Amino acid sequence: MSQPLLTLHVADKRFQSRRIIDGVSFDIQPGEIISLLGPSGCGKSTLLRVIAGLDTDYRGTVRVKGAAPHLHSPDVGFIFQEPRLLPWLTVADNVGFDAGPGGGRNPRVKELLAEVGLADFADAYPKQLSGGMAQRAAIARGLFAQPSLLLLDEPFSAVDAFTRMRLQDLLLSLAARHGTTLLLVTHDIDEAAYLSDRILVMSANPGRIAGELRVDPQRPRDRADPRLVRVQTQALALLHGERLDYLDLSDELAARPHAAAPVDFASLSFAV
Amino acid sequence: MSKVSTLDAALAPADGLGGGQFGGRVVAGRILAQFRGWVVPVVLVAAWEVVVRFGWVSAHLLPPPSELVATLIELAGSGDLFSHVVVSSARVLAGFAIGAMLALLIGAAVGLSRALEAYLDPTFQALRAIPSLAWVPLLLLWLGIDEAPKITLIAIGAFFPVYLNLVAGIKNVDRKLVEVGGIFGLKGWRLIVRIFLPASLPNLLTGLRSGLSLAWMFLVAAELIAATRGLGYLLTDGRETARADLVIVAIVVLALLGKLSDSLLQLAERRLLVWRDVYDSGR
Repeated sequence: MSQPLLTLHVADKRFQSRRIIDGVSFDIQPGEIISLLGPSGCGKSTLLRVIAGLDTDYRGTVRVKGAAPHLHSPDVGFIFQEPRLLPWLTVADNVGFDAGPGGGRNPRVKELLAEVGLADFADAYPKQLSGGMAQRAAIARGLFAQPSLLLLDEPFSAVDAFTRMRLQDLLLSLAARHGTTLLLVTHDIDEAAYLSDRILVMSANPGRIAGELRVDPQRPRDRADPRLVRVQTQALALLHGERLDYLDLSDELAARPHAAAPVDFASLSFAV
Repeated sequence: MSKVSTLDAALAPADGLGGGQFGGRVVAGRILAQFRGWVVPVVLVAAWEVVVRFGWVSAHLLPPPSELVATLIELAGSGDLFSHVVVSSARVLAGFAIGAMLALLIGAAVGLSRALEAYLDPTFQALRAIPSLAWVPLLLLWLGIDEAPKITLIAIGAFFPVYLNLVAGIKNVDRKLVEVGGIFGLKGWRLIVRIFLPASLPNLLTGLRSGLSLAWMFLVAAELIAATRGLGYLLTDGRETARADLVIVAIVVLALLGKLSDSLLQLAERRLLVWRDVYDSGR
């Protein structure tokens, strides 16, 4: 594989005296979509903040395109859990915030707004948007600087289920079109399985990687695909602290990547 | 499905009609509400006129409204009123501008820096407790009887509301929005200008409005004591020449100017804060 876009090794991260993260390492290749899946308190959001340069108080080495993380890196975009649009700016000015005051007039803003389906709302204020629309505007803002790596911190957890599915599809199409690598923090197993190439399942107290799941790269995916269901089952097992040895399906998936595997009820039963 | 659409069709016109009637009633209600506000003043003014005309109260102490209008016309016609208004407005404008500007700079610094807050805020809190008139003798001693002490006094009056509201506004800025600024690499004055100031703008405008009304108050304090022009001087002049009509006209003009300048700021507030998602924004 090519040079990784991100190499991360966080040996130790403490919050006051409590250890949040204990030895988490992973790489991300350009173009991958990775989910960090775990219970609350496992330090998954902290890892995102470290990569974004928002948190510098840790032991370890993190490299984005070979450079240490820092705020306002042109390589890294960040989408928060809430849209966090600046209420005093129009939607266009929010999207073009990075270009300075009056950034809404930047021609890229218009393109991005069209891509997220908000072309008619360029001059609206955030208060006029629904939750899903606001998060679409936030995604457009995250993509404005054309980052190679987009970090998303539980980006769809505050919207209803239907909106969430549409936003997930929108995110996938944007990532494909812009060639953006995605690192997504989520506690939604369905979401992780549907979006990701790889799922890094984390356990808490202290945060560690409990296991890694590969998902068949085929897209577009069917949400009801039995292979996704199996990945979800495996993820659930990992979250419950079970060992993965006898469950690892990655070889099986690699052997027949496009065949729809029948649901293996034997392997499902343990999770019920 | 068809049942639902039939129901919709049946409801729609009725709803529309109801809405129209309701809307008409609301408009009529608003006009009535505005009219209601005039009832008490009009009755009071009429009663005032009657009471003085019948000689129940001395016209010397309480000139009737008709005489006040005559005085106003006379003052306006001679150009005296205009020059008093210009002099007073200029003082308020200068004092308010200086006080608000200083409050903006110091308030922003104190709001953003814990160290500066620890050094400066207790002092300003103490200075704030000094009654406005207590400054007057000191300012006269230090600065003479020209414009300087008047403008300084007005600036002191305008300073504190702006300062206090701005500091409170900055302290209440949502940490999450500041973090957005951080993600985009904003630091120092860029962070202040692009995040802190717009986010605390609602508080700042509240402060500016109360600062302006205090500026008018302090103007009268300044002009009552040492002035040869201005509306405060008109008040003193009216008292010394025993002309209650002059005093009342000056009071009314001060009230009008205060209201007018506040309305201008209120207009600016509405235009600057259209983005705000608050309860009364839809009215």
